[in-house]
Amino acid sequence: MMDKLAEYLQYPFVRYALIVGVLIALCSSMLGVPLVLKRFSFIGDGLSHVAFGAMCIATVLKMSNDMLLIMPVTIISAVLILRTGTNTKIKGDAVIAMISVAALAFGYLIMNFSNTTNLAGDVCTTLFGSTSILTLNKAEVWMCIIMSIAVLTVFVLLYHRIFAVTFDENFSRAIGLDTEKYNLLIAVITAVIIVLAMNLVGSLLISALIIFPAVSAMRLFHSYARVTIFAAVLSVVCAFSGIILSILAGTPVGSTIVGVNVLAFAVCWLISRLGGRK
Amino acid sequence: MSKADDKQTLLEVKDLSVGYEGHPIAEHLNFTVKEGDYLCIVGENGSGKTTLMKTLLNLTKPVSGTINKSEALGIGGIGYLPQQTEVQRDFPCTVKEVVLSGCIMRAGRRPFFSREEKQLAETNMERMDILPLADRCYRELSGGQQQRVLLARALCATRKLLLLDEPVAGLDPKVTAELYRMIDSLHKDGITIIMVSHDIAAALQYATHILHVGNRMFFGTRGEYRSSKIGQLFLAQEGREG
Repeated sequence: MMDKLAEYLQYPFVRYALIVGVLIALCSSMLGVPLVLKRFSFIGDGLSHVAFGAMCIATVLKMSNDMLLIMPVTIISAVLILRTGTNTKIKGDAVIAMISVAALAFGYLIMNFSNTTNLAGDVCTTLFGSTSILTLNKAEVWMCIIMSIAVLTVFVLLYHRIFAVTFDENFSRAIGLDTEKYNLLIAVITAVIIVLAMNLVGSLLISALIIFPAVSAMRLFHSYARVTIFAAVLSVVCAFSGIILSILAGTPVGSTIVGVNVLAFAVCWLISRLGGRK
Repeated sequence: MSKADDKQTLLEVKDLSVGYEGHPIAEHLNFTVKEGDYLCIVGENGSGKTTLMKTLLNLTKPVSGTINKSEALGIGGIGYLPQQTEVQRDFPCTVKEVVLSGCIMRAGRRPFFSREEKQLAETNMERMDILPLADRCYRELSGGQQQRVLLARALCATRKLLLLDEPVAGLDPKVTAELYRMIDSLHKDGITIIMVSHDIAAALQYATHILHVGNRMFFGTRGEYRSSKIGQLFLAQEGREG
């Protein structure tokens, strides 16, 4: 088994997949902690459907670089969702549900106008992730590395501010912190990570990458710092083993990673139960 | 009160109306808060006490009127003890992490806390008698302990003015009395207090000034409030309910 693994690791496409997978898992888990705590678990879901819708439009328009459409559309939606989340008459969860379902339906509708011969296959690929993680080229890997470093740097530098805004937005605003700015930043980062992660697990499974590590870590630890660190470690381990497993067993990459995450959550839940913590 | 005039004015509120989305809940408020005051904001439910507090903190825009804040307040001038939120109930974090987050504006552009800020957090935990709880999980504490943690955090943000929104809501009488004593000792240390409260008895025991918000307004010292018509009416009414 180890020999087989070592053999696979010699292929650049396997190494690329591992690098990109691990980095995306790392970023999404860092983001997951504040999102889950802010009761925005569903934002990942909603935005990934928006990204799906945007991708469908890009496909129909036969755009050569679909990122140019997907990225801005997703970022704008993220900002709109987080904006309306707190202060308007339509509640945040309803907004997310509306945008998410509408984007999904609209995307599929549009896809029917494209001259593709394999509609079901194309849609399935975008929703559940494709083999594209195994066909990454060097440029894409570098872009992912640069984006990840940017996201991680922002998280480390703003760690205490993100904590303050997440724990108590009113208090932070009252003592003079520009909470709008940080909410906006979280929204933009969410959108960027979701678009990046679409290649890895597909748009339906992205929320799993964001939510599972955070929730698992919260079962076991009671300090914010430890929850953040453990979520990151757990997410990386799950993504790494998920990709290896999918290569060895020939299963779809996205679903396998999510499966490993679910398993990890079950283990964490069990440990916390046995340990007597709620 | 003879010395009142040479104390610095921290807040001056003129003809202020507060409410949501342009609909006023409480109108034509006039009052001033000077250094060393202990102002209690009382009134019936729904009279706009919490909205007034949020307006004073810039969390809600005033419908009309003006709030003049002394320049002495500036950044790091106001500490706030909000009502607890849903989010905080299962938030994984330690007492130390919560208290330190009160120093966030002191850190300025620095991404991490300095030794002085950590020291300040420690001092304030000691002041609130929660230093032994520093590494405990916030969500596992009792209601009274949580309030003291949030007070320590507020103290990290201010040296001058503390705004408290129903600090004793949901606490049992013994813990309530303890918390009032702590707030009183902060006041005696020279921190100006503005507190929204249901508890008119405690307000009259500790506060120097009373602001009554409702159909009819009143602002004055607690002695003046006691002898005013509106004060007597409210006291009698609350007494019946209690």
